[in-house]
Amino acid sequence: MFRPRGADSRPPNRFHAYGSTALRAPSRPAVAIGQTLSETTGPSRLAGVPDTDADLTRNARAGGEPQGERIVVSGRVLDEDGRPVPDTLVEIWQTNAAGRYRHPSDGHDAPLDPDFSGEGRTRTDEEGRYRFLTVKPGAYPWGNHYNAWRPAHIHFSLFGPAWATRLVTQMYFPGDPLLGLDPILRSVPGEAARARLVAAFSLDVTEPGRALGYEWDIVLRGRFDTPPLG
Amino acid sequence: MRHPRFGRAEPGEEDPNARSQGEVPRPGQTPSQTIGPFFSSALLGRGRDTPAPPGVRGTRIRVEGRVLDGAGDPVSDAMIEVWQANADGRYDHPSDRREDAEVHGDFHGFARLGTDTAGRFRLETVKPGPVPGRGNARQAPHLNLVVFARGLLDHLCTRAYFSDEPEANAADPVLAAVDPPRRDTLIAVLEGARQAPLPLVYRFDIRLQGGGEPVFFEF
Repeated sequence: MFRPRGADSRPPNRFHAYGSTALRAPSRPAVAIGQTLSETTGPSRLAGVPDTDADLTRNARAGGEPQGERIVVSGRVLDEDGRPVPDTLVEIWQTNAAGRYRHPSDGHDAPLDPDFSGEGRTRTDEEGRYRFLTVKPGAYPWGNHYNAWRPAHIHFSLFGPAWATRLVTQMYFPGDPLLGLDPILRSVPGEAARARLVAAFSLDVTEPGRALGYEWDIVLRGRFDTPPLG
Repeated sequence: MRHPRFGRAEPGEEDPNARSQGEVPRPGQTPSQTIGPFFSSALLGRGRDTPAPPGVRGTRIRVEGRVLDGAGDPVSDAMIEVWQANADGRYDHPSDRREDAEVHGDFHGFARLGTDTAGRFRLETVKPGPVPGRGNARQAPHLNLVVFARGLLDHLCTRAYFSDEPEANAADPVLAAVDPPRRDTLIAVLEGARQAPLPLVYRFDIRLQGGGEPVFFEF
């Protein structure tokens, strides 16, 4: 049995400032059901990933090296009780340093980088740790409202131990002036919960002479030690 | 600067994790954010398009449908994930320790599907068996589905049951928790005769908003 989703950390379906929710957010509230094997199990045999896939500065080279500022992003995947979540798949995707995705729908007039796909994946180790080497993504304009810009971010997808712990989210960078203006980040109800989406600069994670380091821990739903009554 | 790892509240702000005095605050959950429109090459493909590769024991089925928005327009940038039990009703997971249902070879139970420009998706799999519910209850065969898309800040969880399982559906405790008029939104409808050549084809459309919107669950 997993603890409930945190009310402060769960965005609403409909969020007026984020225009794409208008025609896509369900109009009725979710129906609460008790957890069964269908929710307390989940994908555990996802295919392995090659070692190079955690190094986005190398996994899509076409003869050169990606443009931009090399960074390390690392941290731990934990549950709410601070226990590590080992051997779980972590997938990321992001823009290149110029703020452009390598995706046919991205019409932003910024250069593609032939040596950078912006995609990577890894698995957490026995202490729940993950580590990516990449370049710092750029901010980019989007059509949500006049002069709207997304802050630099990295998309993360995680499974954890069960269907109930599935999480897709975004990591942001500290000190970004766009954070307070972003409707997607602002959709998270709690101030403290929003802060949990912002990585911390870390000199410990920084590789001397090579790449600045950012540390970001991800916290998935914890388990009840004993199932609640009822 | 507070460390984002623990996300403690600022002075004067109520910490939602501290339920009562004396309880040690737990690190708060990392919030959900939308998958956005640019996930496809990072997440789709990679051999994860079926929970049950060919040759796995069970009745082959195909579930076809469309994802539509509140205006009835196709959602061409959605991702649907599927989690299901095998034909014996067993999940491929360490928490399913039952000995009366077997793990089946290459069956792993998980798939990811993208939608095309018409909002269509197609799942090729085997029909799941009934699985245990809470207490002594038994759940009717079903697929667990989540929908991700631009405009969805959190993923949406639903289930697809099968129209040719009326007795099992009538006894299903999750369907019983749903208002009777909305139960049909959770039923994948068998197209053609039951004896049609395999795979059996079911239709399950997902209207994200408005009339016919499926029941979305939280758990």
